[in-house]
Amino acid sequence: MLKVEGIDVFYGDVQVIWDVSFEVNEGEVVALIGANGAGKSTLLRTVSGIVRPRKGGITFLGEPLAEVPPYRIIEKGIAHVPEARRLFPDMSVEENLELGALKPAAKARRADSMERVFTRFPRLEERRRQLAGTLSGGEQQMLAIGRGLMSLPRMLMFDEPSLGLAPLLVEEVFQVVRDVRADGVTVLIVEQNVRQTLAIADRAYVLETGRIVRHGSGRELLEDEEVKKAYLGV
Amino acid sequence: MVQLEVFLQTLISGILLGGLYAVIGLGMTLIMGVMKIINLAHGELMMVAMYIAFWLFSLLGVDPYVSLLVTIPALFVLGVVIQRTLISPVLKVDSILPENQVILTVGIGMILANLATMFFSSDYRSTPVSYAADAWYLSDYWRSSPIELSLSVPWTVSFGFALAITAALWGFLQHTDTGKAIRATAQDKDAALMMGINVERMTMVTFGLGAALVGAAGSLFIPMYYLYPALGGKFTLIAFVITILGGLGSTQGAIIGGIILGIFESMTATYIGMGWAPVGRFVIFVACLVFLPRGVAGLMKRS
Repeated sequence: MLKVEGIDVFYGDVQVIWDVSFEVNEGEVVALIGANGAGKSTLLRTVSGIVRPRKGGITFLGEPLAEVPPYRIIEKGIAHVPEARRLFPDMSVEENLELGALKPAAKARRADSMERVFTRFPRLEERRRQLAGTLSGGEQQMLAIGRGLMSLPRMLMFDEPSLGLAPLLVEEVFQVVRDVRADGVTVLIVEQNVRQTLAIADRAYVLETGRIVRHGSGRELLEDEEVKKAYLGV
Repeated sequence: MVQLEVFLQTLISGILLGGLYAVIGLGMTLIMGVMKIINLAHGELMMVAMYIAFWLFSLLGVDPYVSLLVTIPALFVLGVVIQRTLISPVLKVDSILPENQVILTVGIGMILANLATMFFSSDYRSTPVSYAADAWYLSDYWRSSPIELSLSVPWTVSFGFALAITAALWGFLQHTDTGKAIRATAQDKDAALMMGINVERMTMVTFGLGAALVGAAGSLFIPMYYLYPALGGKFTLIAFVITILGGLGSTQGAIIGGIILGIFESMTATYIGMGWAPVGRFVIFVACLVFLPRGVAGLMKRS
């Protein structure tokens, strides 16, 4: 479904991604794991077109994304739930959700999609008129995920969805990721919570200083000695 | 009784002036919110609109209020062209700091003012409309009124248009997808891109809207104000004070800020002296920076 082939990414003159390739197949949950600063978020931002690779290419459903402007990526069926949520803080919950469904196909089904988001996250319905910036961290994360779902994506990219949340909410977030996949949406997830992520991932790639150093099924990597030592603290 | 009459009359003039100021301030604050730069050519754009209204009146006899139909679209287009051809290319260069990008708008303002001088000379112009001196008097409607108050016809009509324009803008920003996309772009550009918002186009539309608003203000001011090429600077400053007073980028703040400034100037003119109004403007500006650095919007957020 998503194919990333040999990309190099730079911030100014500094190279942060080195010859990275990975792919995500339809229906999978694929995880990118690695330490802070390994380049995980950068990879998602590159898929979203916000940063451009200097070398290599990205294709989604067979179509190269190199020439697609960043605001068109969502039309292709890729939604991005960004790190730190990046909600529109001075807009209401409802408005944030509406902005998730701007493209015509999603807009036509906006009311319907919003009902589904509210059914999944009843807290958001209670607070539909409240400004997003005044929600608790957990509610904000649910809103960010809901906003991503509003575009009726084929693939949803999560960037550190459990960051800064209480343990109970972390559980909830991972349950949501499973639900999203169960609804037929492919998932690409970046997480620091390696154990739980590998437990739900079909496959995962380990990223170190901008390079992919390992990849395998979630289970394989959970058993991997190096991964255990570096990320699971065993 | 006379004192109360003077006070109320001053308050009324202040509110009427403030409503027009709000439209000018709204244009600047919209641009500020989305582009994060202060448009220091704002008053000059208004000057351009006033010349359009002036020539329409002088050559074709078009009423200044009817000229809104021309100045609003004309300034929108001018704003879009300026944004596209001049400002956008400079904003894209990371090595030019935002505070220096602002200098470009100063240059644009100077060029507009000097072009106006070249083509139209520096003469003072006005549109002597038939209703310029007309007013509605309270005693005409309420015979036994203990005090006498009047509402100037052009000021009141201009204020009415200003209210309508403000309401239309508010409706647009709150209830249309494009309006919401503009607000989203102001709050978080990257997130807006991820939602599929064409941020570059929104920036252009915003600059066009800001110019259209100040263009409308030009048509609304010309029945009462003398027009000359250098008038822009004064209104840029007024817009700037309102933007700071309102809290950078806040539309509600700009409306309240405009009214506050209007009342303050009107009071200064009545109780201290006509010539002191610009001083009052600076006093309120400095006081705001010292005591209320986040403006009216910051105050509203706190409560």
